[in-house]
Amino acid sequence: MSHLRPDIRHRAEELVSLYPRARSAMLPLLHLAQEQDGYLSEPAIVEIAELTGTSAADVRGTAAFYDMIHLEPVGRYVVGVCTNIACLLNGAQEMLDHAVRSLGCAIGSTSADGLFTLEETECLADCDRAPCVQINHRYVRTTTTQAFDQVIDQLREGQLDHEVPSHGTLVRVRRQGGLRVSREELAAQRSNAAAARAQRDAAKVEKP
Amino acid sequence: MAALTAPRIVSSRRDYDDSFTLSRFLETGGFSALKKALGMFPEEVAAEVDAASLLGRGGAGFPAGRKWSMLRKSPLSYLVVNGDESEPATFKDHYLVEREPHQLVEGVIIAAYALQVSQVFIFLRGEFALGLERVQQAVNDAYAQGALGQRIFGHDFSLDIVVHCGAGAYICGEETALIEALEGKRGFPRIKPPFFPAVTGLYGEPTVVNNVETMSNLPWIVLNGGAAFAALGEGRSTGTRLFALAGRVNNPGVFEIEMVKNTFRDLIFDPALGGGIPGAKALKAIIPGGVSAPWFGPELLDTPLGQDEVGALGSMLGSGSVVVLDEDSCVVRAVWRITKFFSRESCGQCTPCREGSGWIERVMYRLEHGGGRLEDIDLLLDLCDNIAPGISWPPQQTTICVLGPSIPSSVVSAIKMFREEFVTHVVNGGCPHD
Repeated sequence: MSHLRPDIRHRAEELVSLYPRARSAMLPLLHLAQEQDGYLSEPAIVEIAELTGTSAADVRGTAAFYDMIHLEPVGRYVVGVCTNIACLLNGAQEMLDHAVRSLGCAIGSTSADGLFTLEETECLADCDRAPCVQINHRYVRTTTTQAFDQVIDQLREGQLDHEVPSHGTLVRVRRQGGLRVSREELAAQRSNAAAARAQRDAAKVEKP
Repeated sequence: MAALTAPRIVSSRRDYDDSFTLSRFLETGGFSALKKALGMFPEEVAAEVDAASLLGRGGAGFPAGRKWSMLRKSPLSYLVVNGDESEPATFKDHYLVEREPHQLVEGVIIAAYALQVSQVFIFLRGEFALGLERVQQAVNDAYAQGALGQRIFGHDFSLDIVVHCGAGAYICGEETALIEALEGKRGFPRIKPPFFPAVTGLYGEPTVVNNVETMSNLPWIVLNGGAAFAALGEGRSTGTRLFALAGRVNNPGVFEIEMVKNTFRDLIFDPALGGGIPGAKALKAIIPGGVSAPWFGPELLDTPLGQDEVGALGSMLGSGSVVVLDEDSCVVRAVWRITKFFSRESCGQCTPCREGSGWIERVMYRLEHGGGRLEDIDLLLDLCDNIAPGISWPPQQTTICVLGPSIPSSVVSAIKMFREEFVTHVVNGGCPHD
């Protein structure tokens, strides 16, 4: 019995088929599991192990290395406030302190209503709009505390579903079709190319 | 005055709001470089990149052509594109993947043809949710246009590109860690030698890892010739480069300017670029090339933005990031935050980095928040000397990758330039800026 919903399970299998080795799909599959559950749940770990040909311990151990993968349940919106250098110089600490008060939860915890989880993040590469805030990994570009509160109010009222979709970085990423070139074709192409190049190299040597 | 006459090579579409769409891409010459490249022999395309003397735009500045030539003899297996941009205050690849994704894909196909690789992976950091959407869309568009897949534009060359998603780890920008992540593992940098993935890369096979900006330069180089690219800039620093300007400036952003012909002063103060410091405050220091780089004081503002020019003065152009600290910025707080970053992001394999980063961060924390001691300043230097003996630049390496030896840069720079501020923090029992 699959824990992943049929549509997500289907996308997971498609992802696995894109890589020469199944384990390579590990990180994308962790994102898919979070798209469904918000965090990496135990049944999802078991299923990802099966899909990638690894063990549950492998999945758990790999997932723990990566900041974006949550090993415990999170709120509907994960609010990340960057406090790294460019943001720090532009009021990030004040923004983070404000977020703690405004959301009513400490850094790394979830608000009582289950809506928000607050995180202090490392650089999110949007430093010209500092301090940088991401919600569910969408840049919301609220550089003032007033703008931050506005966005939070809109989220509470469900008005920003388009700008800030639910969990899962890949929620809107869709590859159209699988691989178009088989591994045999690629191998043949490679050896043909090598032979052609060797021929051209030989021709060059003969010229003088 | 800044020299702004050079053409925009990788950001030519930046004035269009729809620069990320296929229609805009096709209207502005999209795929013409790829079609031209496919009419050349692969080694001719590689020769143009060689002639351009294109230095890798990821941070290390290794010549792209030379990286490629390591595979001249052995048939290459994989091309991996590094879009895991995570160096603090670096956001130029962010611009390229979100705003010019088709250009990136075209550059990648050209590179794949020149290298005759069988499969490409574009690795983007997971926090680029929109970038992932747009690059995947650009790949989908390329398939639909016949620019990817079986027999590209009718030529005897077929290729697949897979867009891969990271999951939040700075260290995965290191190319061997990136390969580990792409193999579905923890992002642990691999032990060297072999120094290059060209020897042992993805799945143990020869692999080239190139940065997003490096790839984005290729369409222009193919269309205009490597010589035209090399005619821009000066010395080893050819062409233009994207500079990500942030911190205390009026107009932070990504600017494409000619290498060497402009200085840090131009970038920060020219009205067409950074536009100076808010409130006309005095400049205190700049961090060139990302937080791994040693700092410059105001006396070095007239240094040209070139790889060797910055290198000769004991720092690096690195990732193309420039952070400005003004007179009100607290350097102790800045260094504390930078060391906290390294401490969080150390993968933990090597003792000097794992233990050193945490130790330095704790000392910096107590200096900034009260509880610091005068002897802490020399303790910091001693710790740095243990991570990178001699604390010189480029640093000596005691670790598998360069993350560890990057930790001392900001600590040592700040102590050298602003020792009295550290003393003030101790005497004051905390940060005087609070």
